[in-house]
Amino acid sequence: MYVAVKGGEAAIRNAHKLLADRRRGDRDVASIQLDQIVEQMSLAVDRVMAEGSLYDPELAALAIKQARGDLIEAIFLVRAYRTTLARFGYTKSLETAQMRIERRISATFKDLPGGQLLGPTFDYTHRLLDPELADDTPIEAPEQRDEPDVPTPRVTDILGHGGMIEEDGELPEGAVAGDLTREPLTFPLERDLRLQALARGDEGFLLGLAYSTQRGYARSHPFVGEIRIGEVEVELEVAELDFPLTLGSIRVTECQMVNQFKGSSKQPPQFTRGYGLVFGQSERKAMSMSLCDRALRARELGEDITATAQDEEFVISHSDNVQSTGFVEHLKLPHYVDFQAELDLIRRMRAEHERNRLEGEETKEAAE
Amino acid sequence: MIKENTQSTQTGGAPDLQRKAAMALLAQATAQEIAAFWAEWSDKPDVETLRGPETGLVMLRGRIGGGGAPFNLGEATVTRATVRLGNGSVGHAYALGRHREKVRLAAVFDALWQRPECRQDVQQGVLEPIANRLKQEQEATRAETAATKVDFFTMVRGDD
Repeated sequence: MYVAVKGGEAAIRNAHKLLADRRRGDRDVASIQLDQIVEQMSLAVDRVMAEGSLYDPELAALAIKQARGDLIEAIFLVRAYRTTLARFGYTKSLETAQMRIERRISATFKDLPGGQLLGPTFDYTHRLLDPELADDTPIEAPEQRDEPDVPTPRVTDILGHGGMIEEDGELPEGAVAGDLTREPLTFPLERDLRLQALARGDEGFLLGLAYSTQRGYARSHPFVGEIRIGEVEVELEVAELDFPLTLGSIRVTECQMVNQFKGSSKQPPQFTRGYGLVFGQSERKAMSMSLCDRALRARELGEDITATAQDEEFVISHSDNVQSTGFVEHLKLPHYVDFQAELDLIRRMRAEHERNRLEGEETKEAAE
Repeated sequence: MIKENTQSTQTGGAPDLQRKAAMALLAQATAQEIAAFWAEWSDKPDVETLRGPETGLVMLRGRIGGGGAPFNLGEATVTRATVRLGNGSVGHAYALGRHREKVRLAAVFDALWQRPECRQDVQQGVLEPIANRLKQEQEATRAETAATKVDFFTMVRGDD
């Protein structure tokens, strides 16, 4: 029998009104504006875009404001929003080799063509809190340096010339990139679907798994071949025009992880690779993604699957924080009827236990 | 879909490339600047909106390893519009984001650009200012990035 119980409308209404009040906070403090979030909380905006899997800085800022800064809640809001919109199509592939670079480093080649460009990085800061930021102290304009516009080839292409490193990944002839927003996942996956899942996966979850590979669970001896951050053009082919349209540019972070060797009787040993590509400026996520991508290629590369980070079904099924939070957090919603059934069951089990105990005592007494 | 039959898309080749470049600049205009160009535009034509402006999504694709097979990276919001001017010229626009009025005006300027008598004015009054702003912004970013380039030098140790 199913019994519907109604109630709590007024409580819910008032709770949401209270939420709106607490979100606003002290009315004497100015309300935070979306452009302030976009400009000054830009890495939070980037994380919401990456894991919300929707590139739109203003929307991500709105989601952050609405979620009171709870980024997973904000990601949830963005994911819900995207379901209300029609899909116009699939863009042409982003050409990260043509990126307008804002940061580009390699841990494998000191003197790479185009140079090591540090960009706006936290690296080499002392991680000391800066009390001046508490005030509105004017900030100087950044330095500029006139340099000829030299090409910045990808490190993997430089290494690739000698065949010392495997090529960019290909899919079987005629394969169309899978899309997990359209088709439910069925394991095992091809690398394209894994990369899509990893690109929207939770940064903390992937960071932990990436760290586990460094600590010896599926060790792959990684080096950062290259990290590059910058803007790439987006092009879309549309039915009404005979040429691909430029829609604008987006900022992405790309990580090329170079890992230890693979060879066979037919092929001399070469470096293997893991790949990370993430919306916005997020090199921790891009690095984690590339380490997880490499670990998850164990089957393809004929490696023993011994560690969690190599377990595709485990990693991909638990990497999405909207799914994870939905299932974990649903536990707090009313389960009164379920729990009533459990209570009933445990009462019967306890009664049976008691009966058995008494019967046992009687048998024992009779035997004596 | 509204298929073009204006000269520029029929002939292919160079005119297409010119229009592609023009539409790319219009897509990258800011809402404010394109509104200002339209406000200054003399002899405004009648504009009929055939589609939109409407916001939807595109799925952005990356490439495995940076240059390999495509994979689906994530989506972006895109707004598109199609307009017809009083003289029959049809213009399209698509741009990242949700700025509907900006995209509608971009479609208007695309339609104007296709009219030989207007092209020069669109080029000078609209496209060039957008191109100049983008160039300045990109060069500033490049120079700022270049200032963070590491110049390695070797320390000479010991006394020789």
